[in-house]
Amino acid sequence: MSDHLQFLGYDTEGFFDELFNDGNQPRPEGQLLVETINSLGVGELRMRQEAIERTLMRMGITFAVYGDEQGTEKIFPFDIIPRIVGAAEWSRVEAGLKQRIRALNCFIDDVYHDQNIVNDGIVPRELLEDARTYRTECHGLSPPRGIWCHITGTDLVRHADGQIYVLEDNLRCPSGVSYVLQNRMVMKRSFPQVFNSARVRPVIDYPGRLHNTLRYLAPSQVDNPTTVVLTPGIYNSAYYEHSFLAQQMGVQLVEGRDLVVKDGFVFMRTTTGFERVDVIYRRIDDDFLDPRVFRDDSMLGVPGIMDVYRRGNVALANAPGTGVADDKVIYAFVPDMINYYLNEEAILPNVPTYVCQKQDDRKYVLENLDKLVVKAANEAGGYGMLVGPHSTKEEQQKFAHLINENPRNYIAQPTLSLSRVPTIVDDHFEGRHVDLRPYILYGEEIFVLPGGLTRVALRKGSLVVNSSQGGGSKDTWVLAEPGMPSGEMEP
Amino acid sequence: MLSRVAESIYWMARYVERAENLCRYVDVTLNLILDQPIGAGQQWEPLVSTTGDQEYFNEHYETTDADSVIQFLTFDRDYPNSIISSLRIARENARSVRETISSESWEALNEFYHFVLAATNNGGRVESPSEFFRTVRQYSQLFGGVVDATMAHGESWNFYNMGRMLERADKTTRILDVKYFTLLPSIADVGTPIDDLQWSAVLQSVSGLETYRKRYHGLTVPRIIEFLILDRAFPRAVSYCLTAADNSLHGITGAPTGEFCNSAEQRLGLLRSELAFMRVEEIVDNGLHQFIDSLQRKMNSASKCIHETFFALRPVESLTMSQNQSQG
Repeated sequence: MSDHLQFLGYDTEGFFDELFNDGNQPRPEGQLLVETINSLGVGELRMRQEAIERTLMRMGITFAVYGDEQGTEKIFPFDIIPRIVGAAEWSRVEAGLKQRIRALNCFIDDVYHDQNIVNDGIVPRELLEDARTYRTECHGLSPPRGIWCHITGTDLVRHADGQIYVLEDNLRCPSGVSYVLQNRMVMKRSFPQVFNSARVRPVIDYPGRLHNTLRYLAPSQVDNPTTVVLTPGIYNSAYYEHSFLAQQMGVQLVEGRDLVVKDGFVFMRTTTGFERVDVIYRRIDDDFLDPRVFRDDSMLGVPGIMDVYRRGNVALANAPGTGVADDKVIYAFVPDMINYYLNEEAILPNVPTYVCQKQDDRKYVLENLDKLVVKAANEAGGYGMLVGPHSTKEEQQKFAHLINENPRNYIAQPTLSLSRVPTIVDDHFEGRHVDLRPYILYGEEIFVLPGGLTRVALRKGSLVVNSSQGGGSKDTWVLAEPGMPSGEMEP
Repeated sequence: MLSRVAESIYWMARYVERAENLCRYVDVTLNLILDQPIGAGQQWEPLVSTTGDQEYFNEHYETTDADSVIQFLTFDRDYPNSIISSLRIARENARSVRETISSESWEALNEFYHFVLAATNNGGRVESPSEFFRTVRQYSQLFGGVVDATMAHGESWNFYNMGRMLERADKTTRILDVKYFTLLPSIADVGTPIDDLQWSAVLQSVSGLETYRKRYHGLTVPRIIEFLILDRAFPRAVSYCLTAADNSLHGITGAPTGEFCNSAEQRLGLLRSELAFMRVEEIVDNGLHQFIDSLQRKMNSASKCIHETFFALRPVESLTMSQNQSQG
């Protein structure tokens, strides 16, 4: 393979490219990277890419190949060309995310208390009450410090118009932040000189900030709270992340079977007896949290834990019930929430969304299935989705039927032309579509990690970036403002 | 620390040690055969019988030769005590506690597993078996060294060390037992070069030949038994291993050595002092096999006590607060 990976002749093909402008010239913030790569010797970039893949394999950041008896494991595909976000653009994204999280937190607190937003007719009552993630069991709950959504991973996309839109809010157990940190670590080893000069902002302090966010929730009478991460176990696809975060925070990683409830407190079973637990970063869904309150067949949870939570003797992050704001139909109302609770206009726009429950919207959606992306209200991972322009007539008919059967469960959005980033394809670069998931922590203040998970659809033309559907990831470089120290240290 | 985590670390250690010892069994047999062309086929039989899984072997393999026994002990995914299975279990345990062990330890074990897995997926075809087993041994030693050098020698490490040392003590007794009883050639061979050769191989298999020679020079059965069971300084000798396991056990509970506060400490302490005050003549006079049998029974019973003391799920009704409200 003639292996001279350079950007000479790279063509954006009319798409919005994050690294090159429409004239196929590097954007200012990507100039240094492009020059560095163009100056590499034959085969050198590929060598670095392969070194990164070996590192990830050695570190065991892998997933088992489904149905493979040989015990084959693969790394999540990683592409060495980063996505770069300039300082000015990032400060707008950061402000927009903070605003959005504040409003969403108000919304969750409101729907589990007075429901003003419903009573005032902003969000239709039936849409709220039919949300599968709406938990009547959480009515009247007041989580510590009034915070429900402590950790959020919001999906952002850039459309052909250059505008960044919010695609979805993930307020339950958003995963992927471990890849942000690992991608950065391996990239720093590959391009130390670029990191020095490009003023990339650090992400390394995320675990420390997460730990502070969690400790902030501890019951007030506890001086030195014990914090744990609760995982469903090693067979969960995000297990690596659970273990990584516990390790980086220096706290215990526990499974449901390690915890017991007694006399109104939660304890973990240790070699020397039972030790009290004050804060739980739970990475299991509401459904499985407490078999006495939610699904009674759950083997992953802790019987009685909700009762302890209600008494304020343990903090849970994120708070149970938070998922109501993840519902894709509720999503359509977030700009209204920002307006309603904060009296502000949304800084980051939503993707225009048709709510199939509304008769006019439904009619439009059914007439334009070949142009729209249809999503089920409560699916994730790229499932339960129709990408109109890439679909067959049969698939469209199937979705028309599904929508008519259960309109509440569907929304539709125009098919966006996601922006692209150059990606290694065999022996050259091609543009591939990306999205961006920044992580937001809500503790004493709201913190947006300067970076995020850039997911890339590795299949040519594909718009689906989910790892279960052929997606990979890239490092995300948020650049420091001129004059501001970047703080990213040598590896 | 969490009982589940302690248990996983303990078993991680045991399974890595188990894999290394299997590798040593196979390697020593390969070496024997190189030196001893006559009757080489019979050398493989005892390796199977010592596993206690002869029945499984007979069901799955037609002949008892180098290929089938190496396949069985090393690469057989369905046989739960093969090297690849032991490493898979060790790695699964490590994976469930990777936030507790050091990253370097996890990476060392992960690479170890992938090395053997690659050979397994290649149908167990390796260019040079002795080179392969040498590398397996090195990976295991690397893992042990990395754990020792990168983990604080506190509670986690003590569970690791206790598992490693108990497993090693058990395996040294087995290797001795197999040689003494199953490999024992006809009475006419005793004391001949062939016998010497076999004993050298046994010592080599525990990396002990050089140390032995420095201490005793000539190969005699009582001295070899003394060395492998009663030596207090050689790190694969049973007495050394049990002392180390006992020290780790007391490191965990905080009880002074020489005293006990639970059944595990009591059993292990008894066993340790039994070996400390024993003469090799007593072992030989009463029969090595009988001695090893009883030693293994006692070690098993100590392992059971460790399980009950630290790992077994205690009912919530017996809830007592931990003394050390640790970490933040």
